[in-house]
Amino acid sequence: MTAFLNSPKKTELIGFVLLAAVILLVLPGITDAFRLNMVGKYLTYAFVAVGLVLCWGSAGILSLGQGIFFGLGGYCMAMFLKLEASTPEATSIQSTPGIPDFMDWNQITALPAFWEPFHSFAFTILAVVAVPAILAFVIGFAMFTRRVGGVYFAIITQAIAAILTILIIGQQGYTGGVNGITDLRTLNGWDIRTDSAKTILYFVNAALLLGVIGLSMAVRSSKLGRILVALRDKEDRVRFSGYDVAAFKIFVFCFAAAISGIGGAMFTLQVGFMSPTFVGIVPSIEMVIFCAVGGRHSLIGAVYGTLLVNFGKTTFSESFPELWLFAMGGLFIAVVMAFPNGLAGLYKSHAEPLLERFFAKAGERRVGSAEAPAPIAE
Amino acid sequence: MFADYSWSELGSIFAMQGFAGLVLFSVFVLMALGLAIIFGQMGVINMAHGEFMILGAYVTYLTTNVVEAVVPGLMPVSFFVAMVLAFFAAGALGMLVEMGMIRFLYKRPLDTLLATWGLSLILQQTYRTIFGAREVGVTLPDWMMGSLPLTDIIEIPINGLIVMAITLAITLAVAFIMFRSRFGAQVRAVVQNRAMAGAVGIDTERVDRLTFGLGCGIAGIAGSAFTMIGSTGPSSGQLYIVDTFLVVVFGGATSLIGTVASAFTISQAQSTMEFFLSGSMAKVLTLLTVVGILMLRPQGLFVLKVRR
Amino acid sequence: MQTDKKGAAPRSMLRRKLMIGAAALALGLAAAPKLGLAQTPPTSEVNTTDLAVTDDTVKVGILHSVTGTMAISETGSVEAEKLAIDQINEMGGVLGRKIEFIQEDGASDWPTFAEKAKKLLVEDKVAAVFGCWTSASRKAVLPVFEQYNGMLYYPTFYEGLEQSPNVIYTGQEATQQIIAGLDWVSKEKGAKSFYLLGSDYIWPRTSNKIARKHIEDHLGSKVVGEDYFPLGATGFNSVINKIKLKKPDVIYAIIVGGSNVAFYKQLKAAGIDMTKEKPLLLTISVTEDEIRGIGGENIVGAYAAMKYFESLKNENNEKFVAAFKAKYGEDSVIGDVTQAAYEGPWLWKAAVEKAGSFDIDKVREASPGIELTTAPEGYVKIHENHHLWSKTRIGHAQTDGQYEVVYETKDLVEPNPFPEGYQ
Repeated sequence: MTAFLNSPKKTELIGFVLLAAVILLVLPGITDAFRLNMVGKYLTYAFVAVGLVLCWGSAGILSLGQGIFFGLGGYCMAMFLKLEASTPEATSIQSTPGIPDFMDWNQITALPAFWEPFHSFAFTILAVVAVPAILAFVIGFAMFTRRVGGVYFAIITQAIAAILTILIIGQQGYTGGVNGITDLRTLNGWDIRTDSAKTILYFVNAALLLGVIGLSMAVRSSKLGRILVALRDKEDRVRFSGYDVAAFKIFVFCFAAAISGIGGAMFTLQVGFMSPTFVGIVPSIEMVIFCAVGGRHSLIGAVYGTLLVNFGKTTFSESFPELWLFAMGGLFIAVVMAFPNGLAGLYKSHAEPLLERFFAKAGERRVGSAEAPAPIAE
Repeated sequence: MFADYSWSELGSIFAMQGFAGLVLFSVFVLMALGLAIIFGQMGVINMAHGEFMILGAYVTYLTTNVVEAVVPGLMPVSFFVAMVLAFFAAGALGMLVEMGMIRFLYKRPLDTLLATWGLSLILQQTYRTIFGAREVGVTLPDWMMGSLPLTDIIEIPINGLIVMAITLAITLAVAFIMFRSRFGAQVRAVVQNRAMAGAVGIDTERVDRLTFGLGCGIAGIAGSAFTMIGSTGPSSGQLYIVDTFLVVVFGGATSLIGTVASAFTISQAQSTMEFFLSGSMAKVLTLLTVVGILMLRPQGLFVLKVRR
Repeated sequence: MQTDKKGAAPRSMLRRKLMIGAAALALGLAAAPKLGLAQTPPTSEVNTTDLAVTDDTVKVGILHSVTGTMAISETGSVEAEKLAIDQINEMGGVLGRKIEFIQEDGASDWPTFAEKAKKLLVEDKVAAVFGCWTSASRKAVLPVFEQYNGMLYYPTFYEGLEQSPNVIYTGQEATQQIIAGLDWVSKEKGAKSFYLLGSDYIWPRTSNKIARKHIEDHLGSKVVGEDYFPLGATGFNSVINKIKLKKPDVIYAIIVGGSNVAFYKQLKAAGIDMTKEKPLLLTISVTEDEIRGIGGENIVGAYAAMKYFESLKNENNEKFVAAFKAKYGEDSVIGDVTQAAYEGPWLWKAAVEKAGSFDIDKVREASPGIELTTAPEGYVKIHENHHLWSKTRIGHAQTDGQYEVVYETKDLVEPNPFPEGYQ
């Protein structure tokens, strides 16, 4: 385990460049607009997976409620887009024009106060990051200062996800209920449904993801990152050394939440709606598996893991719709039992020694990066 | 809201409401007991708990169908036969799972969570393949579905009484096994100090396997009992899982008394609120209260002090 | 392939003659009226928008959940749609082309529905999609169908408040189902007070809203209680106590999914015998499909208001039920939505034949006014607003899990997805 963390920064950098190449060049090159949009959707989950690598892989905090933050970010963006779509002209057949259609169906006659700020794009951008982070702070503060961790933390986050889902579904006049917020069309007047818009959004999303990974790498290689690893492995010793363990945990949890919120917002933009299914337990756990498949200690692996599982899911459900649950279940078990370090672990233990031998023979280090991606991408 | 009713009516309703609360309490205890044993004694989170329950329900379905077809005369007691079979079926599956999967993961509790989630997906799809995607209707003996009218308004549901009786019996049996039997002493020894327990000659692996099997078996009984009050379908197990975990965590996980106490608190809160509010608001408020208390007292209601 | 055929009329004319010859040869002595084949128009005529139509096949999509929690409900629809497609193919297909279906799994997950809908329209270029069940899945795919101009046949009874040029709603919208039922209990059973119950999401809430308006404004009766439960709730004892306290004449229940089973079992256990009709239970959400899970003995005596019951006595329905059971087994049951799903392919076929083209725009133009005299529920007709004119019936639940039809509206009920005065 520690071998990863001690591995030279250069490998990580090469991995990052390769990932950038895959996301920005290879995938757009080999897929059509439709599939590219799907890849874009998958990459929004990768934000959550990257957050989980920080929380779970680095700091040992497993949250089963990351869908909450993904959903909140997505809802913030969806509220903005819905307000933009609900102009008085577009909604003139309603009994109260100018408010979202689902509010009108529920006899709400004025826009609720908490919707008002979402008229502002700047506020929305801020909220996408801040709302998840603030909730994460509240949860984290309550839990970590009382030294709740491990399994308890996992289950409590899960319960919060369940509560939020019921709340959103139950308050359908304010939230759109089980249907979610649908039929989103434009972003500041720009039609987000066209193929060209989707392609642009894909690249924005990819750039944001790479930025987030870069930032996470910086966090991990900083002193802070070292402390996180230390407290994962021996929390008491860190505490006895005089560090405020809770503060570090809260920070990393909030950071992961904020990242997930960005993913959620990008999801809303690319898919065109947001629904409470993302806030629930099932997607939250699925996102943990994306991270586990990629390798819980590898930021870059998390992205490949997300892509792999989702491609698998799509392909499987297209060709054998009734078998994909078996495949998913088997994957969960296999990853835990046989490959606890996921794709990144396989790469480390199998591909890297080969590569090293190859380099040693060739006696050259500048080229060769082209060979590296194959084992990961498989 | 009570102005229009006479005192006797109100009295009856409160009695009924109290009974409803007790039934919900029994349901919660039954759901949570198996999980509490596994989680509390072994530190394993069994996300497939709901699917073990549904296995019990399907066993009940099959048993009652077979009895109805082969020996219809035994129909009145078929349910109890089914319940015993459900215990053994779920228990056996549990022990298999422990052998093939869980025992490799004792040092990684969070990983058991993921692995058992995978197991739950596989089990769900297995049920769907075998029994079809639709819910199955479990035929129960007629005498179990009626009610005992006490007064004009007060009618005691018989299935509620049966659930309560089963819960009481199982709880007593578990308490006996855990606190009075040799096996229970071994389980507690392993929980408190695994290495030491091994050193004095306890076969810790066997204890683990039997404990896991016992927990799953109780889940099977719960599932069998719930055919009286709920649905039996491939994904019905998911309906119970969140409540179950909350009850266990709220009760303090390592303490069986805690589990019972927390089931009581949550069920009474929920059933009272359901009476005054809409069902879904009551649910949200109950869950919020539980999470709120857990924020203030994260270790749960009762804590077993163990040296780690 | 069809692109190079554009403007190559002589060749396709030749092909057509050859095909007619081949068909005549192949059929030879068979007296079956394979008129469709003989009239096969060239692909370039019937498909100007690059759909997946060849000289002898046309592709359509089936989009339902076969996994996840909704698989319980959607399985029947898939079966009915496949049956209809089989039967149409046996009769020679649509415009001489056999229907091939591509089935996708929505996996009970709304974004997956949207993704699969887009795949069907953009990649597979299907000529029509039969699918969706929950409102949430329909809302999720709706923008996709409107953007890529597809045609969706949606089978479920639902809350209304929607009318898309890209959807044909083959189930009833809320007012069709609700008003006739309430009028009936009020007139025939003299009901004066109602307790409204529902699962907590848009369909039950909207339906109860319409029901409350109708009860209070038109029937002059009163609503004594209204309650909602989270989807998947399993404890109903408290609300049953409330019902006992308020003593309504009618329990109006719109509970769905696994909760249904719990609700009816607990209602029976609490000593409410629905056969005594005190209170009477009227539901719009329990079809024969749901009764399989609930058990006939637990719901006997309840009334349901919908457009179709398996026990309906007419020639069309007897044929349909026999064919369905032959294909899916004697113990399979058919509910309202299953029948509505069965109508989808037939309505589409009729519209395509009237339009003489598979093009979505032409099919849409041809759709209003399409009549189906062979529908199991009897005669139906597509309204201007893309919903169906249909009768509403009241069924009385029996112990064997079937409904006995006790009432049907005299005329077809006009669909009215945006009811004035009910909002």
